[in-house]
Amino acid sequence: MPLVAGAGYVGRAGFGPRAFLISLTERRMDRPASPEPASPTPTPAADDPRTLERRRFLSRLSIAVSSVAAALVGVPVIGFLISPLTQRSPRQWRPVGSVDQFRIGETVSVTFEDASPLPWSGVSARTAAWLRRENESTFTAFSVNCTHLGCPVRWFAEPKLFLCPCHGGVYNADGSVAAGPPPKALGRYPTRVRSGQVEILTSPIPIT
Amino acid sequence: MIKQFLVWLDDRSGVVTWTRHALEHPVPRKAGWWYVFGSATFIAFMLQVVTGIALATAYVPSSGDAYESLRFITEQALLGRFLRGLHYFGASAMVVLIGIHVARVYVMGAYKFPRELNWLTGALLLLLTLALAFTGQLLRWDQTAVWSVIVAAAQAGRMPFVGGDLARFILAGDTVGGTTLSRFFAFHVFFLPALVFLLVGLHLWLVLKHGISEPPELGNPVDKATYRERYAELLRRDGVPFWPDAAWRDAVFGAAVVSVVALLAVVVGPPGLGAPPDPSLLEAYPRPDWYFLWYFAVLAMTPQHLETVVIIVAPLVFGAVLLLTPVFNTGERSVQRRPWAAIVVLLIVSIIAAFWFAGERAPWSPDFGAKPLAAATVGDSSTAVVTGAKLFHEKGCEFCHAIGGQGGKRGPDLTLVASRMSPLEMVGRITNGGPNMPAYVSSLTQEELDAIVAFLATRK
Repeated sequence: MPLVAGAGYVGRAGFGPRAFLISLTERRMDRPASPEPASPTPTPAADDPRTLERRRFLSRLSIAVSSVAAALVGVPVIGFLISPLTQRSPRQWRPVGSVDQFRIGETVSVTFEDASPLPWSGVSARTAAWLRRENESTFTAFSVNCTHLGCPVRWFAEPKLFLCPCHGGVYNADGSVAAGPPPKALGRYPTRVRSGQVEILTSPIPIT
Repeated sequence: MIKQFLVWLDDRSGVVTWTRHALEHPVPRKAGWWYVFGSATFIAFMLQVVTGIALATAYVPSSGDAYESLRFITEQALLGRFLRGLHYFGASAMVVLIGIHVARVYVMGAYKFPRELNWLTGALLLLLTLALAFTGQLLRWDQTAVWSVIVAAAQAGRMPFVGGDLARFILAGDTVGGTTLSRFFAFHVFFLPALVFLLVGLHLWLVLKHGISEPPELGNPVDKATYRERYAELLRRDGVPFWPDAAWRDAVFGAAVVSVVALLAVVVGPPGLGAPPDPSLLEAYPRPDWYFLWYFAVLAMTPQHLETVVIIVAPLVFGAVLLLTPVFNTGERSVQRRPWAAIVVLLIVSIIAAFWFAGERAPWSPDFGAKPLAAATVGDSSTAVVTGAKLFHEKGCEFCHAIGGQGGKRGPDLTLVASRMSPLEMVGRITNGGPNMPAYVSSLTQEELDAIVAFLATRK
C-alpha cells in the first residue's frame, strides 16, 4: 500500500507538491505495489519445518475460532431478519358488522384488523375488503388488492366495476378481469355468519 | 505550537502526511468541469447523512406513530420543514448526480484498464443509491408509502420460486403492519449507508491508487503494457496537485449543488404528507416519487405476457451489463471512436424521459375525478340525449373516455365518435366490450343503453 505508507515518501523526497509528485510518479514507475521492507531481524528458524507446521496450525486455529464466533452472532441475526419467512401468524375470523346492516346485492367496503396487530401498529394494522351480500345468508368478500401489482381497487356501483387507480386494471362485478393488465381475478376472503355477525377470515396480501 | 502538534500527530499516526499525500496527489492538468460529478455525488451523500441524522432524532420509526412524528417535524419542530426539504432534494440531487457521473465515466471510457474496479464499486454505489431512494421514500410513511411497499412486494412476488418469500420478507409478514416500517428504517439508516461508506472508501482509495483518468485523446488507445507508464509520464510532464488546482472546481460545483438544494428546500419545501398510512382507506392514488415515476409507467405499459421479463429479467440484464462493462477494458477511450457509447447514454436518457412523461400523464389510469359533462358540451336539450350524457358520467364511461377534453384518456376520445361508428356498432361495443373495455351488458338496462347511444350519436 504505497499511498498509505506515506512516512517513507517524506523521508526520501521531502515535503511539498513537487517532491510529492516525483515520489508518487516514481512509485508508479516501479511495480504498483512495492514489496514491504524485509524484517530487519529475520527469525532464525523461519524455514524450520516445525515452525512452518506450527504457523499453519495457528492460522487454521485462528480462522476456525473466528468462524465459530462469527456464526454464534451471525446465525441468530440472520434468523431474526428472516423471521417473517419462518413465523406464520394464525388466521383470525374478524367481525365486520351485523348481517342486517348489509343490503342484498350491495357491495360496500368493510374494515377489519389484520391477523396480528402489534401495540404500535396503529392504523397500519387495518385491512379493507369489498363485501357484497349475495342473499339472506351468503356474503362474498373481495380482496382490495389488484392482482396486477397490489394497488387498492375501488368499486363503482353504477357501472358495476372494480377499477384500479395505478395501472388501469378493471374487474367485473364477480371479480373477473374486464380490462387492463391484471393476470387473474380478484382474490376473495372466506366469510361466515356467526350469531348475527358477518365475519371475514384474515388472509395474507395476495401475491400473484 | 500548532506546527509542533501536527508534527507530533504525524509522528504518532501518519495522518498529516497521508492527508497531504491524498490532497496533493498529481492529476492531469486538463481534467476540467466534467470531473466534478463524482465529488458532487459524495457531497450530496454527506448532506443526506447529516440531515438524515438530524431527522432521525425526531422521527419515530413505528408503523403507528411515524406519520404523526413526520407531521411534528414538518409543522412544529424548529427548522424541521427545511431539513425535510434538504433531505428530499438532497436525495434527488444524489440520484441525478450519480447518473451524470456514471454517464460521464462511460462516455469517456474512464472505466478501462486499470480502473475496472473503480467502475464496479461505482456501479454498486449506483444500485445502493437507488435502494436508498426507494427505502427513503417509504419512510415518508403515508398512504402512498404503504401502497408502494405492497407494489414492491407484488413485484418481488413475480420472481420464480422465491417470489412469495421475497414478498413476505419485504412486508415483514402477511400484510403491511407493525413490523414493516422499522425494518425499512433500519435498512435505510444503518445497513445501506454503512455499505455506501465502505464502497465510497474503496472507490476513493482506487481513485488515489490509479489517479483520475486523463481526458481521452483520439488515437491514444489504452494498452495494458504501456498505459501505466504513459500515465506516469503524463503526470510528470503535465500534472498538477489535486488541491487546489483541480479541487477548486469540485468545491465550487459542490457548493452550488448544496445551495440549489437549500433553495429548493425553502422555496418548494418537502413533499407533502398524503393521507394516513391506513391500508383500509381505498381512496388512494399511489404514485412513486419523481425518480421512479418512469418505472411506474413501464409497469403500466408493459404487455401482460412480457411482464415477468420486464419486472425480473430486465433489471438482471441491466445489472449484468453494468457489471460486465469493464470487461472491454482496452482500446480507444475517445467517444469519437466509440460513438455507440454516446448513443447508449442518449437512448437510456430518452427512454427514461419518455416513460417519465407518460408516468406524469398516466393516461392508463381512470379519471376518477371526471365531472359531469356541462350542458354546453352536451349541446342538445332532447330528453334522451341529456339522460345519455348524464349516464355517460354516472356509468363510469367518462372515467376512461373524454368528450370535449373532459374525462379519462384510457380509452379512445369520443368527441367525434358518431363520425366513425354507427349507433348499431356502439350498441355492440358497449354491451360486449372490446379490447381493454369491459362489457356493460349486465350493468345497463335497455333504456339506459338507448339513451347513451342517443347521446353518442350526436357526437360528430
